[in-house]
Amino acid sequence: MNTKGYLDMELLRFTTAGSVDDGKSTLIGRLLYDSKSIFEDQLEAVERASRSRGNEEVNLALLTDGLRAEREQGITIDVAYRYFATPKRKFIIADTPGHVQYTRNMVTGASTADLAIILIDARNGVVEQTVRHSYIAKLLGIPYVTVCINKMDLVDFSEERFCEIERDYREMSAKIGNDAQLHFLPISAKYGDNVVNASERAPWYSGPTLMALLEEVPISHKLGGELQPMRLPVQYVIRPISDKFPDYRAYAGRLAGGVLHVGDAVRVLPSGMTSRVKAIMQADKSQEVAHTPESISVLLEDDIDISRGDMLVGVDDTSPIVGQEFKIMCCWFNAQPMQLRKRYVVRSAVAESVGMVAALDYRVDIHTLEPVTGESTLNMNDIACLTLRTSNPMVFDRYEDNRTTGSLVLIDPDSNETIAAGMIG
Amino acid sequence: MKDFKLTHLKELEAESIYVLREVAAQFERPAILFSGGKDSIVVTYLAYKAFYPAKIPFPLLHIDTGHNFRETLEYRDALVAKLGAQLVVGSVQESIDKGRVKEEQGYNASRNRLQTTTLLDTIEEYKFDACIGGARRDEEKARAKERFFSHRDDFGQWNPKNQRPELWNIFNGRKNMGEHFRVFPISNWTEMDVWQYIYQEHIEMPSLYFTHERACFLRDGQWLAAEPCMRLKPDEQVEVRRVRCRTIGDISCTGLTLSEANTLEDIIEEIAATRITERGGRADDKRSETSMEDRKKEGYF
Ligand SMILES: Nc1nc2c(ncn2[C@@H]2O[C@H](COP(=O)(O)OP(=O)(O)O)[C@@H](O)[C@H]2O)c(=O)[nH]1
Ligand SMILES: [Mg+2]
Repeated sequence: MNTKGYLDMELLRFTTAGSVDDGKSTLIGRLLYDSKSIFEDQLEAVERASRSRGNEEVNLALLTDGLRAEREQGITIDVAYRYFATPKRKFIIADTPGHVQYTRNMVTGASTADLAIILIDARNGVVEQTVRHSYIAKLLGIPYVTVCINKMDLVDFSEERFCEIERDYREMSAKIGNDAQLHFLPISAKYGDNVVNASERAPWYSGPTLMALLEEVPISHKLGGELQPMRLPVQYVIRPISDKFPDYRAYAGRLAGGVLHVGDAVRVLPSGMTSRVKAIMQADKSQEVAHTPESISVLLEDDIDISRGDMLVGVDDTSPIVGQEFKIMCCWFNAQPMQLRKRYVVRSAVAESVGMVAALDYRVDIHTLEPVTGESTLNMNDIACLTLRTSNPMVFDRYEDNRTTGSLVLIDPDSNETIAAGMIG
Repeated sequence: MKDFKLTHLKELEAESIYVLREVAAQFERPAILFSGGKDSIVVTYLAYKAFYPAKIPFPLLHIDTGHNFRETLEYRDALVAKLGAQLVVGSVQESIDKGRVKEEQGYNASRNRLQTTTLLDTIEEYKFDACIGGARRDEEKARAKERFFSHRDDFGQWNPKNQRPELWNIFNGRKNMGEHFRVFPISNWTEMDVWQYIYQEHIEMPSLYFTHERACFLRDGQWLAAEPCMRLKPDEQVEVRRVRCRTIGDISCTGLTLSEANTLEDIIEEIAATRITERGGRADDKRSETSMEDRKKEGYF
């Protein structure tokens, strides 16, 4: 049996975005269906559900719209995660809602994505939600954007229409300053053209199918590599306190950038103390070197004070931002509007501090993408640039340098809800 | 430097260990919901890895319906002894005896749904503030929507329409008194990933997953174990068959697959070829289109 091949696969995370009814759920259903990732009992259940709703054809969107309210209203409310694999890769899809009031869920799906599929209805072209979602994809630093111009069957697979939309999109994308790698595909999610199988109805298109593209895009950006500065946010201190391991103290965390070697000189932030890596462990196995994004634990040469929330970096690395005031780009998630100077909790991957919004620098008008100044609050789904102040020093990177150490959320201590997502500018 | 290849299993493992360490850091009294099935076994194994050489810093919590396979209980006890872990058992029989729940009647009676009350009572009794489960998003459509850190209100209920956004690797485990969390470290794994990982790591599994001879009977196209707790209809006949379990739960809702799979390689091959989901064999999911969502809202696993 070829288990070797399977154990060797890579993982690609992608998200879908686009306006309501552009066909996101149908596209995912199609990817699953044509790649034979749907099991018989799932398909039967969808067939049964389609029939009971009076649909003539099998509604592939029902494969992802699993909640009762979603099925009743025929829309996607929350992010649904789907999984499929081809012999080359395993895929994790975040299927996100198109409605404006669920923009926060799109942001959620986009935060861990390596690639975004942006759907456009060929009849409507680039619309406001396309701009909003493309802007979010840019803000969240998704390295690849694949624009699927869908429902080509409804415009007779017109090459002219396709080129027109591609032109419009490129123009808009340049305007928002997105430097992600762009691909454009003419598809019909409903009938499967250029999704898994190449379409005969668009002979003028010679590019890859969507599936071929998903299988080929490089994932090397996840690894960081020797060039990226090393980052180890300390998550937990392992102290067995047993006879066998009397003075054992290991710092556990998931490498968030670069590569760490035994013998490396490291600095602890924010305290600034230094030491050297004595050992790198994964459970009972030691290793000479660790790569992003491995979860490891590290033993140091010296007995210094390190606790959860600290970050280990290279001893001569001056690039981390340590401070109590940060400029962030932020997406407001909550129905409760943002209040200046109200007490919030600022949370990075593993650190936390009390903080507040000291200033609202500008809000981004999603229609014009222009900054709007002179305002003092934010509402749900607004995107803005803020000045954040924290009561304790925190350690970050610029988001464009590192998505893991450059991100944070705001929590309202009254409700404990996550009310905003922020990226260090 | 040797080229480092980030395989999907490595990436999934790193993510799950990260989540488990977050639980240990953010909660005071977490527990692992241990069912004896492959998913909770993998979660327990990942917890062992996450905290080595310290012991797993939370107990295993088993909700015992009283209708468990003997092999499940033996495996559980051996694992607990090996890990030096603490075991907490919540008994559905006790909940019935105390009048907290009423046993279902009829041929298809199952204690599956009754577990929810026992689970919530046990959480309350031990003041657990986070229960770590082995649920995966690929298992079922309502689970596909659930967060890693899933908030439960005072009544243990899940509100799918108002889940906290979960971004990057930032998990918000803050809560009010009386509320708790369910945490699902292997959310992003598929059934295939789980078996491949078990194979890669040489994790010892309960014998029920491998082919064996067993007295069974056929009901609605599904083979079930002919154990004393199962009431047979007059026309149902007990036959000895070579079977294995694809998922392990309470006897009343564990479908058996006719199979000759004897090794992990056999199982992986069998799953690669199969066209029916693992929950396809579970009577509890077939009750209605959204039965899992409904049970989860009440506080089910
Ligand atoms: N003609 C045609 N209809 C499509 C296509 N893709 C989706 N649809 C239809 O568009 C509607 C909305 O699709 P859905 O997947 O729910 O959109 P979502 O809101 O983006 O998830 C449904 O009625 C689909 O059947 C397509 O390629 N061609
Ligand atoms: Mg949809």
